[in-house]
This record gives sequence, structure tokens and C-alpha cells, in this order.
Amino acid sequence: MRSEPHLGIVGRAAPRVDALAQATGRVKYLDDLSYSGMLHGKILRSTEAHARIVAVDTSAAKALPGVHGILTGEDLPVAFGLLPVSQDEHALAVDKVRHIGDPIAAVAAEHPDIAQRAMELIEVTYESLPVVTTMTEAVETTEEPIHGDGPRNNRDREISLEFGDVDAGFDIAYHIREDVFFYQGNNHAALEAHGALGVVEDDGRLHVFSSTQVPHYLHRILAKVLEMPESRIRVTATPTGGGFGAKTDVFSHELVAGQMALITGRPVKFVLTREEVFYAHRGRHPVLMWVKTGFTSDGRITAMSFRTFIDGGAYGSYGAASLLYTGQLQTITYRIPAYRFEGVRLFTNKPACGPKRGHGTPQPRFGLEVHLDKAADDLGLDPVTIRKRNLVSPNTVTVNHLRITSCGLTECIDRVVADSGYLDKRRHLPQGHGIGFAIGAYMSGAGLPIYFNDMPQSEVMIKVDRGGGVTVYSMAADCGQGSTTMLATVVGEALGLDPSDLVVITADTDLTPVDLGSYSSRVTFMAGNAALEAALKLTDLVLTAIADELDIDQDAVEIGHGVVVAGDREIPWAEAARIAEARWGLLVTTGTYKPPKDIKGDYRGAGVGPSPAYSYSACVADVKCDPETGHVSVERVWLAHDVGRAINPLLVRGQIEGSVHMALGEVLMEEQTFRGALHSGPSLLDYKIPTVLEMPRVESIIVESIDAEGPFGAKEVGQGPLLPVIPAVVNAVHDALGIRLDAIPLRPDKVLAALDDLERGGPGRYGPTDLPDYTFRSPLRVDPPPEAVTV
Amino acid sequence: MLRLPPLRYEAPSTLEEAVALLAEDGALLAAGGSDLVPNLKRRQYPTARTIVSLRRVADLVGIRVESDGTIRIAALTTLATVVEDSRLPKVLREAAGAVASPQIRNQGTVGGNLCVDTRCDWLNVPDTWRQAAEPCLKAGGEMCWVAPAKKDCWAVSSSDLAPVMVALGAEVQLIGPDGRRSIPIEQLYRNDGMAYLTKTTEEILTEVVIGPHAGLRATYRKLRRRGSIDFPILGVAAAVRLDDADICTEARIVLGAVASAPLRVPTSEEVLVGRTYNAETIAEAAEAARKLARPLNNTDLTSRYRTRMIPVFVRRALEELG
Repeated sequence: MRSEPHLGIVGRAAPRVDALAQATGRVKYLDDLSYSGMLHGKILRSTEAHARIVAVDTSAAKALPGVHGILTGEDLPVAFGLLPVSQDEHALAVDKVRHIGDPIAAVAAEHPDIAQRAMELIEVTYESLPVVTTMTEAVETTEEPIHGDGPRNNRDREISLEFGDVDAGFDIAYHIREDVFFYQGNNHAALEAHGALGVVEDDGRLHVFSSTQVPHYLHRILAKVLEMPESRIRVTATPTGGGFGAKTDVFSHELVAGQMALITGRPVKFVLTREEVFYAHRGRHPVLMWVKTGFTSDGRITAMSFRTFIDGGAYGSYGAASLLYTGQLQTITYRIPAYRFEGVRLFTNKPACGPKRGHGTPQPRFGLEVHLDKAADDLGLDPVTIRKRNLVSPNTVTVNHLRITSCGLTECIDRVVADSGYLDKRRHLPQGHGIGFAIGAYMSGAGLPIYFNDMPQSEVMIKVDRGGGVTVYSMAADCGQGSTTMLATVVGEALGLDPSDLVVITADTDLTPVDLGSYSSRVTFMAGNAALEAALKLTDLVLTAIADELDIDQDAVEIGHGVVVAGDREIPWAEAARIAEARWGLLVTTGTYKPPKDIKGDYRGAGVGPSPAYSYSACVADVKCDPETGHVSVERVWLAHDVGRAINPLLVRGQIEGSVHMALGEVLMEEQTFRGALHSGPSLLDYKIPTVLEMPRVESIIVESIDAEGPFGAKEVGQGPLLPVIPAVVNAVHDALGIRLDAIPLRPDKVLAALDDLERGGPGRYGPTDLPDYTFRSPLRVDPPPEAVTV
Repeated sequence: MLRLPPLRYEAPSTLEEAVALLAEDGALLAAGGSDLVPNLKRRQYPTARTIVSLRRVADLVGIRVESDGTIRIAALTTLATVVEDSRLPKVLREAAGAVASPQIRNQGTVGGNLCVDTRCDWLNVPDTWRQAAEPCLKAGGEMCWVAPAKKDCWAVSSSDLAPVMVALGAEVQLIGPDGRRSIPIEQLYRNDGMAYLTKTTEEILTEVVIGPHAGLRATYRKLRRRGSIDFPILGVAAAVRLDDADICTEARIVLGAVASAPLRVPTSEEVLVGRTYNAETIAEAAEAARKLARPLNNTDLTSRYRTRMIPVFVRRALEELG
């Protein structure tokens, strides 16, 4: 919903409303919560990667003094999963375990040490099954599939789509290029480990606190698995110490905390260890990908074929969506007249992958942007020109039926290229010093809810008390991105109040109306619009009441800073609110948001990718490489991001810098790898994340395209800025050393392998060459929309 | 959060009491605990029963620089203190500053770092992980996962200070049931991942002494993924003495984190001593270091990569001293 900010509240770089509480340690995270009589829970996890559970003997644990509750799979037999199509998990293993770390049993005891001891006393008898750890094995193995016993073997989901005539597009191409890339999986590594606390309240209802990004989905799944009506359950999402997508699924410990509270009658708290966080995972999918693109002689794309193999780990999680995301958003940056996408998600005996910042799109974006860099070389074009010749235009529809509205991509490119001096530096820096460029785009919220329904995706309620105090109610969970501050700012701008003077109640299923959750970068756009609608309704009530009271025309009354301005009179907000309450009764307004229906196509798979608006980014990275050690250091990053409108530029900058840090981790060092089925090192010492010393200066450039449908014109910034950084760094390493790293992270040993290849007279490449032997079914052919571009 | 196993905690006020406590079964020495505590939480010492902390023992903290240049560092002096003491040679301050992170250097001590337990990817993991793999030799199991054909433990010496102290020819003071003794620090270490120190478990390292070292040029280079926090996956300490004609009269080159003990590299030292210190002899000495060490795949990055980095790091260290 568009509305013009005129009070300067939207657009002001102000600290978050919770900044002081965060900085002084007053914020209560899940693990800070404590109840008298509270029990401490532990989960026993599988030491086998794939096994049938023959027996679980809990008798010794039960006999241990201080133990109050023990649960095994048979106590919670209802299968669940976040997506309706992937109901393949149990709170505790039933029949089979599918990866090391799969939950088997849970204990609750008076002291954490007793819980630990009880867990050690549980005897599990396993019958080992064949283990699948690689995608090639998953394709080839036919005995004992990880799920089910049908002909699908270890294939979770497959997609095969063709928009327009791809072969014809290749036929008319002047140049065709093919590449194979690999993007290693990685973990979110949020500093706060997941936790949940179950409490049976005085009225007998179950209250589950959880460090979750999705209280609404947790509410639904608790009701399903615990077999209780939703009305008997309350979920409160506690402030999270980082989410990044890690806390957008529903986990064993949340369901078990609820059930354990019910069976013991006492509060029970579960907090995962870091090792358990790596097993709960839901992080970035490892993706092996192949891309083939046809170009005209001047670099225009005639057709593209993209194929992805994604390693899902042991469960579905969000994987059906993740798979589609590896193929659907290539078209929102480039005009692709004919496009084929084939992808398959495979099960392996490793922790389940899921959504992490950028959900399914950083991997293909890396491949695509490095591929285009190479194609530019082939065609004798510079990397900026080849991209500019193919950019989408605002207010168009893509070949796969995605509606593009506002698009500040050209300005993003121009700004980073100019500020960094990219075109002058490229190929002119000394050996070992390089500069790289790439672009990206992301959604401002998924167009469709996770479960099919016609209800709003965001609902906000505003209430005014007799002192003029304004309380905003929204289920949006602040996962660190600042959504609470966003809500206060949007409502504050509409009402003329300082955001820090508002009360924002969030993420509680008893108190707040539904918001689907903090994922897919949806909160500013969707909850922001709902909040704006509610605030404008409230403004209308107040202005009408004042106009009536003063018997003047409503056009002569407007909102000012803390006042209602009526001609030459200024009525303080609190007084105006009392006049309005006398006129209307209780001042409560509501707003809702549901994306438009016309933003998607009508084909199987069309539900993933549509968004009411897309954000755009461009990045230039300056790197230094040591050709003797293979060490890569990123010296400076320029990142321009089209956020529609910066509701709070300070928070926008924070999201850009945080995205750059996370992207550098993924491109340089972060990887969730395994020795067979064993995690390579489930600790923050062994899992390498850049420290402050590896973090370069970031030039954040905010571009505002003022989206026609976003709240005050705003779009997302939480995820998009991560995307172009990764290929920009890889392209910069090519500029520095003349090598192509087609597999990331850029470990120093891989850099040396590529340099060795160059020395031996090879192409100077490190990366995969082959794809698994897998035949995709023939693609579903979808006609491009009539308005889509043609060559 | 991982929790400590049940333990008795003792903090005696004299070394004699500490020595007596260490004679008990399952006693472990804590000289800061920044490495010991996480290891205990991961259940790496299944027989541990008592922690003997030295924090209350008087006179175990402080640095003395004597008139002849001799440096005496008491064992419980923190790494941060060494970093900040401008009287100390740059190599010592830099090596101490390369250990872990600022917070850990405020807690970790010189004695603790010199005696820090050897590390291995198959060992320094939570016990729940190790149950899935079967425990290795050092965790009380039957085999080494890194070199299954051998009956030895290949856990890695991971001290940053140890190679530097060996290169500087330091001595350490020990106190035990039979009184005090002093040994060259090189003799403190044994290339065995399990019994990596030659001192008995009752013996306490009280002081490290660096004799007069005027004219000795020394440096330390550390390979690790990040600029902070990480343990070394290769350390190179080099100390050389050159005469007026740039002839190398003395050379000590020591590798850290490629074996279970700091490794002297006599092949490289021999190349240098008696010859002019120039690019050619440096390159030759660096190449000679390659043959000695055989790092295995039990710490960060690959053994092949770490082996390849040995001559590079030795050469760069030696170049810095020219």
C-alpha cells in the first residue's frame, strides 16, 4: 500500500526500538526464562546414520532419581512437516533413524546433569541399514530408500519445466556456453542455539515458548502432533539471537517440550547444544548445477537451460520449495526468452537442509553470475555490458510468469560500478589483486502461504488507550532483522508518533493476530502493509472525530508530530485520542495484507517464485590473493540495494553489512561437510565463520525505487544483498589470478589446485565436471505470457 | 550448552600441596583452563576426577628481565600480559598474541599454552559425536582414525609458544615429588599424541627461562584459516644469528602443529649455518624443511596443503630475518 511519508519518521536513520535493551543485556532470550520447579530436558540422538530401531530400553533412565519424564517415538506417533507435501518427520524417531543426530528419545529431570545421565542410560538397539551420503549414491541406490519403499528411491522431489521453445532459442544463438558449478552446503550458525520451554498454565492450557521465527506454524504443528485443539495451546516466540532461516522449521525439541510439560505437569526447558544445532540444521542445500545459455553476437540471451541437483539430507523440510527456488528466479534479473529448468532434490543420510538467507537462490545466482562473466569473455564484452544488454525492465512479466514491478537494478549497477571504479580497475590491477562484479534479486515475501488458504498472510491490530498510548499487535517475530522497529516506524509515521513511544506486542498466538512468520523476506512488505492499513484507519477515525468536534471540514485536519493540526490549532495526540474515543468508542483498528492474485502463472510449480515485489542488488568486490598460499582476502565491498524505500536507513545498512558478512563466510570458508555420514566438526571452532578481522569495509548504497505496492514504497533488504556478493568475489579472484573457481567455498587448497592447473597449461579451473547419471522426465511445457519478451 | 562431568575442584595455595594432589588418580592440572574446560565438557578425559587449579599458588605470576637479558616468565602469567610487555622480544609477544582470541588470552597462561593438550579432529568433538564414530586411541578406544594401520596417536601439538621457546633455546623449571629440576624445553616434548610431555603427571611447570639472546633474530609465522581464534595448523619459529659478514653462525628452525611435538628441522639449519645468509641459502633451507614433516588429515585443511605450505612459511620466516 502506497502512502507518502511526510513527517520524516519513515526515512530517519534511528536505532532500533530495542537497541538499548539488547546492548545492555536486558532482553530475555529463551534460555533466560526460568520457572520454579522447572525441569531440564535432553534429547537422545542417533549414533547411526541409517538404521531400524529394534528396541529402546528406558528402564534404567526411568529408575534414576530426579527423572520425571521420558518420551520415545511411540508417545508422539503423528507425522509432521512444515510443507503439506512433506509430512515425513516425527518428533522422536518411529521405526527408523535417518541421520546421525536424529532424535530418538527425550528425558526431563530436575537438574541438567541428571537429564544428561538419564540420557546416557537409555539403551538403543539398532539394525544398521545401507547408508547413502552423496547425491550420486542417492541416485544409484535402490535398496532400502531413506523414505518409503516405492519406486522413487531416494528422490524427494523432481521438477521439469520449459517456458517457450528452448531448442529454437539455442538454434538461433551465435554463441552457446555450458558450465558446471558446485555450491557447498552450510549452516546458519546463529549465535543463539535453538530452545523451547513448555509450561502448563493455571487454566490447563499448554504454553510453549520457543526461539522460533514462525510461531504460527509452530502453533499448527503442535496442535497436530500433540493432538490438541489450537485453542488449548499458546505459542510465544522469544526474541531470537539470530535466525537466518534456521528457526523457520518446527523441530523435535519444540514438540517434545510441549508434550513433556503435559505429562509431568511441570515447566520443561530444552536448549540445544551447538552440536545439536548442526544436526537440526535446515541450512543451505549443497547444489550441483549445470547451465547452458545461448547468446546473440552482441550478448543477448536467446535461451537458457538450467539443471540442479540438490542434496536435501534426510527429510523434506522446505525442500520442495528450495528446489524450485534453485530455478525460478533466474528470470527476474535477465530477460530470458526461452527457459528450461530441471531439478531434483535427493535424500541422503545427513541432517536435513532447508531455508537459509536467500533460500535456494544463492547457489544458482553464483552459477549464473560466474557463467555470465565467462560468457562476456567469450564474446569480448565487459561483464557490465553483457548484463545490461539483458536486464529486465520494470513493469514486465517474465517468461515463467513472474510479475516484475519496481526495479532499480540499473541504478544499483551504475552506482557500484561508478563508486568502485570497476571498469577502470578490471584487468589493470597488479597480479594477485582483482575486482569482480555481479548482480542479484530477491523476493519481498512469497506470494503463496505455506498451507493453502484464502486468508490474509499478515494481520495487524492497533489499540489506543486513554492516555493516548498506542499498542500495535502483530505476530511478526523479530529474528534480529528489526521487524518490531519497522512496525513502530510505519505506524509512527502514520500517527505522527515517535516509534520508541509505541508499544509493539509481537509473536504471541494468544495476543496477536496472525502473521505467517519471519521468512522469505516478507515481513516489511506484508506486515508493514497490514500495519499501515490499520494505522491509516485509525488516523481517519481520529481526524474525523476532531473535524466533527470542531465542526470543520475534515480536509482541514491533519496529523502532525505528536499533535493533530486543525487549522491554526494543535491538539495534543492524547487529547485527540480521547475526543475520538468519546466519538467512536474503543479505538481499535485492524489491517490485513494478502498479495495480489495476478502475480503468478498457472502451472505446477508456479506457486514458488512469485512475490508482490522484487528487490535488486549489485555488488563489486575488491580482493587480494596470495598465489603461493592460495589465501583470498576481501579488501572492500560496494553493495547497492534497491529497497524500494528505506523505512529506516540505519537498519537497511545493518542488513546489507550483515548480508555481506554472511556471504563472505559462504564464499570463503563456511561449509557443512561430512566424513561419510559424520559431521566434520560440529562446533564454532571447526565450522569457520569470518571474524571481524576478515570483514572488509562495506560501502552500502541504498537505492529507492518507491514500489507502488510496498508500505511507503518499501521492499525487502534482509536477504537480497547476500546474493551478488558471492559471485562478485569469485569473479574478482579470476581477475586477480586468471583462475576459475567453479566450486565454493574458495578454500586455499582449491585456489592452489586451480593455479596448478593453469601452470600445467590447463584452463586454470577448479570445479566439478560431471553430473549424476539421472534422466529427468520430459518437461512440462508452459506457454510464455503473451507480454513476455521474444528475441 | 555442554556441561562438565562431575569433578572435585581443588585450588591449593602451595606448589607442594598441588604436587601431592596431582599424585592422586584422575587429577588434572589447570593453569587457566581455557583449553581444559572445553575438553572436559567434551568428555575427553574419561578418568578425570579432580581439577587442581594453580590460581591460588603465590609467585606463579610475573615476568622478570635480568641484567644479562635473561627472561623469566612464571607459568601462570597470562598470554595477554606477555603481549603487552614491551621488554620482551617481539617474537614472543607476537606468538603469544597469535594464540586464540583476546578474551582467551586474558585467561590462558604461558604454562598452559606450553603444556596444551594435543588436538585431533577425531578427538576434540563432543562425546556424542565420538560415540557415532567409536572412540579413538586417545579417547580410550582401540584404534586411531587418522592412521588406522598404526597403533600410535597422531594428535597435533597445537601450541604457538612451544616452537618459539624451542627456537629461543628456553629452559623450563619443573617441580615434582622429588624436588625441582630444569630441562631444555625441547626435552619437555615427545612426538606421541598421547604422552606428548616427558614430565610426569605430578610435575608442575613453574617457570620458563630464556637465557641471554642478544643478537639473535627470531620470528614466528602461523598458518590458520582466520586472523583470530584458530589453533595453528602449521607454525614456523625461526631464530638465526648472523655475523658482520652476513654468515649465519647459528640457526634454529622449529615447526609447530605438524606432529605431536614441536619439530626441530636440522636439515634446514645445517643448510644455513656457515653460509652467507641470502635468498639462495634461504630457498635451499626452506626446501629442506619439506621432507621432514608428515602432517596428517586431522586438523583444518588438508595434509597435502599443509605440507606444501611448510617450505613457503619457512622461507618467508627466514626472509623476514635477513
